Amino acid sequence: MNIKPISSPHVSSARRVDDIMKKVILALLPALGFGIFLFGWSALFLTMVTVLSALFFEAVCLKLKGSTIESYLRDGSVIVTGLLVAMTLPPYAPWWIGVVGSGLAIILGKHVYGGLGQNLFNPAMLARVALLISFPIEMTTWVNVSPFFTGLDILESFKITFSGVEISDAITGATTLGFVKTGFSQAQLLPDLLNDYSGFLAFIGWERGSLGETSTLLILLGGIWLMRQGIIQWFIPVSLLASVTFLSTLFNLIDSTHYLSAWVHLNSGALMLVAFFIATDYVTSPNTPLGQLIFGTGCGVLIFVIRSWGGYPEGTGFAVLLMNSVTPLIDHYIRPRIYGRTRDGKPIEGG
Amino acid sequence: MYVFSAIIILTLLGLALGLSLGIAAKYLKVESDPLVERVEALMPGSQCGQCGFPGCRPAAEAVVLGAAPVTLCPPGGSALVEQLAKLLGVDVDLSQTKDAEPMVARVSEDTCTGCTRCFKVCPTDAIVGAPKQIHAVVADACIGCAKCVAVCPTECLQMHPIDVTLREWRWHKPQLAAA
Amino acid sequence: MFEFLENPKFRGGIHAEEHKAETCDKPIATNLPLPKKLYIPVQQHVGKPAEPIVKVGEHVLKGQLLAYSQGTISAPVHAPSSGVILDVQDFPAPHPSALPIRTIVIETDGEEKWFKYAIPEKPFELAPEEICLRVGGAGVVGLGGAVFPSAVKLNLGRKNQIHTLLINAGECEPYLTCDDLLMQERAVEIIGGIRLMLRGMNAPKAIVGIEDNKARAFSEMTEASKNFPEISVVQVPTRYPMGWDRQMLRYLTGKEIPADGRATDVGVIIHNVATANAVYQAVCLSKPLISRVMTVSGGAVSKPQNVEVLIGTLMSEVLAFCDVENEKLARLIMGGPMMGEVLPHADVPVVKASSGILALSHEDIFEPEVKPCIRCSSCVTACPVGLLPLEMASRIKANKLDAAVDLGLKDCISCGSCSYVCPSNIPLVHYFKFASGELFSRQQREHKAEQTKRLAKNRTNRMERIKAEAEEDARRVMEARAARQAAEAKAQEENA
Repeated sequence: MNIKPISSPHVSSARRVDDIMKKVILALLPALGFGIFLFGWSALFLTMVTVLSALFFEAVCLKLKGSTIESYLRDGSVIVTGLLVAMTLPPYAPWWIGVVGSGLAIILGKHVYGGLGQNLFNPAMLARVALLISFPIEMTTWVNVSPFFTGLDILESFKITFSGVEISDAITGATTLGFVKTGFSQAQLLPDLLNDYSGFLAFIGWERGSLGETSTLLILLGGIWLMRQGIIQWFIPVSLLASVTFLSTLFNLIDSTHYLSAWVHLNSGALMLVAFFIATDYVTSPNTPLGQLIFGTGCGVLIFVIRSWGGYPEGTGFAVLLMNSVTPLIDHYIRPRIYGRTRDGKPIEGG
Repeated sequence: MYVFSAIIILTLLGLALGLSLGIAAKYLKVESDPLVERVEALMPGSQCGQCGFPGCRPAAEAVVLGAAPVTLCPPGGSALVEQLAKLLGVDVDLSQTKDAEPMVARVSEDTCTGCTRCFKVCPTDAIVGAPKQIHAVVADACIGCAKCVAVCPTECLQMHPIDVTLREWRWHKPQLAAA
Repeated sequence: MFEFLENPKFRGGIHAEEHKAETCDKPIATNLPLPKKLYIPVQQHVGKPAEPIVKVGEHVLKGQLLAYSQGTISAPVHAPSSGVILDVQDFPAPHPSALPIRTIVIETDGEEKWFKYAIPEKPFELAPEEICLRVGGAGVVGLGGAVFPSAVKLNLGRKNQIHTLLINAGECEPYLTCDDLLMQERAVEIIGGIRLMLRGMNAPKAIVGIEDNKARAFSEMTEASKNFPEISVVQVPTRYPMGWDRQMLRYLTGKEIPADGRATDVGVIIHNVATANAVYQAVCLSKPLISRVMTVSGGAVSKPQNVEVLIGTLMSEVLAFCDVENEKLARLIMGGPMMGEVLPHADVPVVKASSGILALSHEDIFEPEVKPCIRCSSCVTACPVGLLPLEMASRIKANKLDAAVDLGLKDCISCGSCSYVCPSNIPLVHYFKFASGELFSRQQREHKAEQTKRLAKNRTNRMERIKAEAEEDARRVMEARAARQAAEAKAQEENA
């Protein structure tokens, strides 16, 4: 009787890690495709470099750990990380930004903690913040909207990405958040600063910005689809967006010359991508609904605080990393109520 | 100039705080339970000597002094390791500790001569019998220290793993290929 | 505060593929051939094993008492058919280990001659105590799987003056339809059994909870209960584990049983629907519990159906009756696929707890490789109890069992919802079963350690006493000798 028995249950749901990752990739594709369309060949090259180098770093790390490489590479979690890193980069960033970003995400963001499921910080946000601090010029050169066939051809784009050709000032500008922040520092006031701003174009994503972050509409669609598929739950995105909306509306009502409206906030920077795809990262967000609400609200508040009063125009990366660091604490204190017990674990009174 | 004042202030601050800590440590010391006794209370107390110390008390003293690891006691198993590690604040990788398979002594009736040597050394009186009578081991009381095996002149006492019955059967720990 | 985040009636749960259609509209087969030999374990219930009163070689009649119950929590077993007692021996138990259990073996004579018990004329007018006595004497135990002696529960209900009898007809496990079929075919008997239970407990009302995927059972039960206003039949949503008794109670009454208490603390007693049928048989027909309806299903079974099986029949004979294709068979399970136990082989007897045998094929059990936890917290969402399966498992993996207990390991009901949803296929329930077993062993070891300390102390004291006595003796001898010598010296002196 040396056969070790198998424990119940003897059936399982069909949902697997690779299916989850496949669906996340699918949900990212519309926004990514739009970004590539918006910024041309360079965006495509940068995405490919980033994803491929992410796969490469993962394979190297797994090899060093002595694990089986194949099954891990196939589960798609690395591709998700690579795509997310790429989508947060400026579209004309040189290739080595992508490679360094992937390296930071995979090695420093994930494997030093012990690999999949062990990391404290979201790898993509860690990479973004580290790049922003280390390479501020490359990370804040925002190219104008230049869709396929109207912008640079494939050869020029190739040079931009791979040979470090100087990007002419004529085709670059600032993002809305950056522009407004600079404007405030020059004592300009709000309604004037946004003379050229179109809320509608910002919503569909026709504006300067990171490779895959511009289109609020498409990210929203992808995120809602993920919710309907049961991959992510509503707690984090809703609490995050609600807290940003609430705070920005409140301050905008108090002083509309110094505080952006909720609409501008929601359609700017990485907010949508973070709300649906980054903050909802399983590994680095709390386990319980209440914990997730606290986490989402915390992210939202921090984003608003950094955007309004911080040194950087955009605060999503810092906000997420800060909240990541308190996730273990939230998980320690916020636990579901156990059947027949009160919240603090004592048996309920019989009645 | 500011630099010097800063250095001086911080040095003074450090000295003052250090002094107060020293005074506090001396006068506000909390009398803790004698650690050795608490460790000894956790141990099996059968004085079996499997740890290499002459009894549970000396073993407890060694553990407290750090001369012996918390994993020294085979009969205590991983449960004892966990308790000792918690009490002494040591970090032990419990996933590596493995409980030895519990064993009991059994008398082979063919070769027992009834010499009574074994039940004189048994620390828990688990062996019953009389001179010139075949001895028997009470399995429930046997702690598997194997002292009797050492003194048996005819090698009729042997250690055997305990038979698993339906009541004692337990699920094994899941073995994982990955991770 | 924040209670809005939890559904007060149902928490977590899953909806697995039901696989009930294969068996739920076929009548219960009662034509299983009488086996040549029957193997009746003396323990088929929670509590103390029954003590055999028959001798090897003795002839017994169908329904005759084979082993009587010992102690307050125990149940007797009866002969499922007439024949000769071949042996009382150790025989593999229907358990994952298939380790032996004390078993009475009967060689059937094929006559099926009943032992004559007096049948009460007016069973519904019997005294409550009498009903409980008859239920206990017939060896009725909870047939939902818990196999707790029913008479003990009835007495408990009467003593605690409960206000509601809850009949659990959830049958939420996939594949299983034995309760469904029982309600479809024997609703009148079941309602009779419920009335007897109410009388046995002096309880005013009963609620029958049936999952809403059993429409015919629901209508049959409603029809059968229409003249009895004290019995209400209600539908509950189909969601696993609705049949967890505490869950059913929460859904129907909104109350929870305290973690350290039992159902009587909230004035309720919960019985399984098949138990009600057995109670009817025991009291109205004086038939002890010698057979049960079980579901035989799974991908490897060609004729999946519900079969009425005598207790003690070998599972292999039941499987053969339903044409199991052995080449397709991947795993044999007693019970449902969520909580049932795997059996290493089919040569084990059917017992009172056997609600089904599943012969699953390779397609039924899809088992991809185990991957690391991605902390998706699907298990937290699915857990009906409100535990953190992922955190508990990671503690147990590191052998930190006390930490797992702090997280609520002891509240786990092993329902399997967490393992079912886990996208990394981590055997969470296996971890919890291992940890619970290990904790129990530790407790036993601690108990033994205390005993050892006591024994060692006794021995030390005895040794000291013996030593002291020996010293005392030696001293006395010395003194005596000294006295003698002194006396001799004196005598010599006097002589001299």
